[in-house]
Amino acid sequence: MKKTHQQPVNIRMTVAAVAAVVLVSSCTTVKEYQKNKLNDSEMTLSARKVEKTEMSFQTYREGASGANGGKTGGGCGCN
Amino acid sequence: MRKICLSVAGIFLTLFSSFAQSAPKDSSQYKSRKLSFEEANLVTSYYKQDGNNSSVTGGTGTEKLSDYSAAFDIKLNKWDKENRKHTLDVEVGIDHYTSASSDNVDPNSISGASHADTRIYPSVNWSMENEAKGTTLGGGISFSSEFDYQSVGANISFSKKTANRNGEFTAKAQAYFDKVSLIYPVELRVGGGGSGGDDEENKYPGTPRNSFNGTLSYSQIMNQRLQIKLIADVIHQNGYLGLPFHRVYFNNNSVAVENLPDTRLKIPLGLRANYFLGDKAVIRSFYRFYTDDWGLTAHTLQLESSIKVSPFLSITPFYRYYTQSAVDYFAPIRTHKLTDQYYTSNYDLSKFNSNFYGAGFRVSPPKGIFGIQRLSMLELRYGHYTRTNGLKSDIISLSLKYK
Repeated sequence: MKKTHQQPVNIRMTVAAVAAVVLVSSCTTVKEYQKNKLNDSEMTLSARKVEKTEMSFQTYREGASGANGGKTGGGCGCN
Repeated sequence: MRKICLSVAGIFLTLFSSFAQSAPKDSSQYKSRKLSFEEANLVTSYYKQDGNNSSVTGGTGTEKLSDYSAAFDIKLNKWDKENRKHTLDVEVGIDHYTSASSDNVDPNSISGASHADTRIYPSVNWSMENEAKGTTLGGGISFSSEFDYQSVGANISFSKKTANRNGEFTAKAQAYFDKVSLIYPVELRVGGGGSGGDDEENKYPGTPRNSFNGTLSYSQIMNQRLQIKLIADVIHQNGYLGLPFHRVYFNNNSVAVENLPDTRLKIPLGLRANYFLGDKAVIRSFYRFYTDDWGLTAHTLQLESSIKVSPFLSITPFYRYYTQSAVDYFAPIRTHKLTDQYYTSNYDLSKFNSNFYGAGFRVSPPKGIFGIQRLSMLELRYGHYTRTNGLKSDIISLSLKYK
């Protein structure tokens, strides 16, 4: 029973790992002078300042948190 | 509090409008050895919610709450003799909330329509970037205080870019040492724990809650239009992880304070991918898988598109979907058994889906906002949130950048 429960998770993890490896290995080197689009302020790989309070209330109102650059502890705000 | 937020915005504008005539220095020509101003940001928000599953009254009753918040940060930098860039980021934030359900902790002691509290949270972060080696070392401390909760935090981080400067690996460690004041519901106060003693320490004795977080992330440029970031956190919490004013009504109508395990291990894994579509749109996406040892599993997917109406104006509609299973210890009102070891009726830990959607706009005119040249960016954003168990909320945020 335990084996059949774990199998789909293992398959999903393997697929995700293979996809990640394929994705990263398919990238091309981009020179500094070719980065004008990547350096656009909207392309930042993190939450924007204006999302600060949104991320806080989601942390309080939902059971999951983390992996988004926000706080993972400290302060309550739990009412 | 609304006045405080407006005052903070007013001070921000007044303070920096006095420098409006001075043009920003060209940092590519000159690298200051003295600590000099880089940028300042103000983010202010208004949030309100309502629902009918308050944890204070055992998973039923009003969840009406409103919160005003403002956070101001200032960044200073300097270059040392080895050409390393040092950045100092000082931030102070303030939240003020009113919560109808908080009245029900002790209905006899509150005379107003709702209870209110204010949280203040200053922090200081420092980083040192070595451009030649592609490394950044950082660290910081933080503090947060409200009536029934105090927190002290610290963090360190290290980043290293790949040889071709297309990838970056980051490791970060954070620790928070919190103290929860034990304010029990009025009918459950025996001896201490909000029993009404004369001094504050006896009145509301504190108990610790600690959080330790390790983060590994890797960002990679895929091509001239696409970049991604993988993030993995491991979070360990210990101490008092419930809240002392959350009631649980058992199936025999008896009442107790929620009881949760004193440790929790959380593992969130995230992926961000941003793509520049054509010349006028940026697609931003975020996915997170989350699991913990309380039995909660969650998925989060957020998509937003920034459409550049002009070089100085962009509009950003966004949508976020979230789904979670319940923790093993959750049950609605009057369904927990007296024999249960752990129990809670907190609907934030129940099974639900949520939708969050809205839009924002961002302006960054060449002559500055309100004619103040260095007030370089204004962003306004509104979002509406709905949960399948009935909770609804709205949030509006304003962000200003002075550079």
